[in-house]
Amino acid sequence: MFKKTLAAVLAALMVLCVLASCTATDTNKNAMTEDLLPRPELSKFAVADDFKIGVICLHDENSTYDLNFINAVNSVKKTLGLKDEQVVIKTGIPESEECTTTAEDLVSQKCKIIFADSFGHEQYLIPVAKAHPEVEFCHATGTKAHTEKLANYHNAFASIYEGRYLAGIAAGLKLNEMITEGKIKAEEAVIGYVGAFTYAEVVSGLTSFFLGARSVCPSATMKVRFTGSWYDQAKEQEAANALINQDKCVLISQHADSLGAPNACEEKKVPNVSYNGSTYEAGPNTFIISSAINWAPYFHYIIKQVSEGKAIDTDWNGTISTGSVVLSGLNSNVAAKGTKEAIDKAIAEFKAGTLHVFDTSKFTVKGVKLDTYLADVDDLGDFKPETEVIKDGYFHESEYRSAPYFDINIDGIEYKNTEM
Amino acid sequence: MTEAVQKIKKPKKAWTPLFVITKRDTLPLVKRVLIRAAAIVAALLLCSVITLVVTGSNPLQIYKTMFSGAFGNSIRIVRTLYELSVLLVIAVAITPAFKMKFWNTGAEGQVLIGGLSTAIVMLTLGGRIPDWTLIIIMAAAATAAGVIWGVLPAFFKAYWKTNETLFTLMMNYVAIQLVECFLKIADKTGSNVVGPTTLSHGWFPQLFKTDYLLDVVIIAVITVLVYIYLRYSKHGYEISVVGESENTAKYVGINVKKVIIRTMALSGALCGIAGLLIVGGASHSISAETAGGRGFTAIMVSWLAKFNPLMMVFSSLLIVFLERGAGEVATVFALNKSFSDILTGIILFFIIGCEFFINYKLHFRKHSKEAAV
Repeated sequence: MFKKTLAAVLAALMVLCVLASCTATDTNKNAMTEDLLPRPELSKFAVADDFKIGVICLHDENSTYDLNFINAVNSVKKTLGLKDEQVVIKTGIPESEECTTTAEDLVSQKCKIIFADSFGHEQYLIPVAKAHPEVEFCHATGTKAHTEKLANYHNAFASIYEGRYLAGIAAGLKLNEMITEGKIKAEEAVIGYVGAFTYAEVVSGLTSFFLGARSVCPSATMKVRFTGSWYDQAKEQEAANALINQDKCVLISQHADSLGAPNACEEKKVPNVSYNGSTYEAGPNTFIISSAINWAPYFHYIIKQVSEGKAIDTDWNGTISTGSVVLSGLNSNVAAKGTKEAIDKAIAEFKAGTLHVFDTSKFTVKGVKLDTYLADVDDLGDFKPETEVIKDGYFHESEYRSAPYFDINIDGIEYKNTEM
Repeated sequence: MTEAVQKIKKPKKAWTPLFVITKRDTLPLVKRVLIRAAAIVAALLLCSVITLVVTGSNPLQIYKTMFSGAFGNSIRIVRTLYELSVLLVIAVAITPAFKMKFWNTGAEGQVLIGGLSTAIVMLTLGGRIPDWTLIIIMAAAATAAGVIWGVLPAFFKAYWKTNETLFTLMMNYVAIQLVECFLKIADKTGSNVVGPTTLSHGWFPQLFKTDYLLDVVIIAVITVLVYIYLRYSKHGYEISVVGESENTAKYVGINVKKVIIRTMALSGALCGIAGLLIVGGASHSISAETAGGRGFTAIMVSWLAKFNPLMMVFSSLLIVFLERGAGEVATVFALNKSFSDILTGIILFFIIGCEFFINYKLHFRKHSKEAAV
């Protein structure tokens, strides 16, 4: 009898503890300021009752990457008052012939637009697009639309490098604060970066982040460790720990989808600049700011074009002005003073077109300023660069196709590993 | 049987367990079918209650959606048929080894290495020789690779008594790493898959305008052949004897080592062919996910069917139906796929659990007064 009572009391205590800890984390959310680049309100327009959009996602909402798309399409669905059966979301569709089958199934369900969210879906989507010219196919992060020349196949991305640059400013100002407080010397302002792969999308992001930081903290340098996986919590945490312990990095950012790096930062009390949405919950004492792509404007755009019978751009690149590049609020416990003002100033310059992230006067490669660079914009499987992308003193990212193609290792950034 | 019960009923203190389990004799077929049907009904009822409580959705609608997910239109029927047959051929492939009590957990790796060899042949020779020659070389390469992956652990088991479960499991990792290595070399874009744009030659001919149905036909033939092999050939008989008792097999003059290696060569070859059918027949792609865990699911399929290749059609249909249906439920009801996985888990739990009641009988403790007597 005694044992049973004891067990019951202990169980009750446990439940209470869990409840208490839940409420405890909820109370200190107010360190976050308003979003610096919020998700804009989108306009309403009439959509026909027989309109239907199918969305193919690689994983389900447990992946931050796919969640970003699911949230975006659902917000547009709400704005336009679409019915449940007008938005068909297929989650967990691998990059294989399963994607082809799913797209064909969506065609047979009379979808007017079929959207796929993962890079690897592209080659399985194009054959379906060829077979069904009456349906529009839109693909995020893809590279082949401008060379396939199909009227109903489109790629999309966003100038997230501008968002990264802005987040980089927050990082640079934090480094400055550490220098003035005497915590580090100017030459010890080393940023650590956990990257997924050595591909252009990641290199473009990490370089723009670094250039943003160096625009305010000239002594900043950066060390990068790649994990070889888009989502691997253990590897990302390990890489962040190695950057902090071995490479003496004093601030970390990442481009990979798990909470590995933010967790490592919170444990080691190292400031963190995040990606794909706020990770404040994981690092209330270290999170500074996060940039992300907002896909809602793109969904809004393609539905509008199809509803009005207009063509969709072959390559659509979202910008700060379209509301496709968004920034979270600042964690006022961690961010340096004056961060908001500095970021707001840069946003105004981006909008005015006076600031260019990859301004060739701001970086060198092996000690030399770049005047010319051929990038592999046409993805024909040859991996041969063919397009001149430096004009008017800056590298024209995401202009000749929406997906990033900046893949240069600039001075000041050191790759600790390229073999994964 | 009653003696056994009474023995347990006579401990020192007048204490009896709540129930006693005894082995049943084989039940008549009707009863076995009835027990299984009852299990499915009970599983569906429990699923309904959970669905209603957790999501508030109508459970009948959910079942209807599951059915439509697997058989809703011709595209889905063909895909379900294909998924069924791929799972079936892997289950059929591991069965000879399992009948021999050789616990082959390496089907995943054997399929993958078969697929990888197919892909390598497609990539290196594609376009240089006629497609039909290419397909023959693909088939030879896939079979050979499967045989190597199967025979290696069998050889070590036969000659040095190594643990085949661990050995075959580790061979899976070797295969996965080799695929990763191939992806790094053949794909520079970072999509983690080498697909139809790169592997553009050596595709199997289409049947009824789909890539899937030729695979289904080939697999149907393989299944029947393996059934005949196991049931009516001398090899099949040797396999059962080795499985029942190695000593008996030795006594009657069966070369056990030879049987182990020969059977695993067959198992591995069939897994390799499964890889060929996936890569050359339907997917025209290779990635670390090409086998997709089917190598492990196949163990359940084979076991549920009591190692009878023809019955495996039904057990793989069950699993594929649940999987395809679950995906559609996730889409239509905007539920996380985990919810359908929970339902699938409950249904499988009941179906596997009911085997217990077919093989064993429970005797509950009578009221304490009677028990004291």
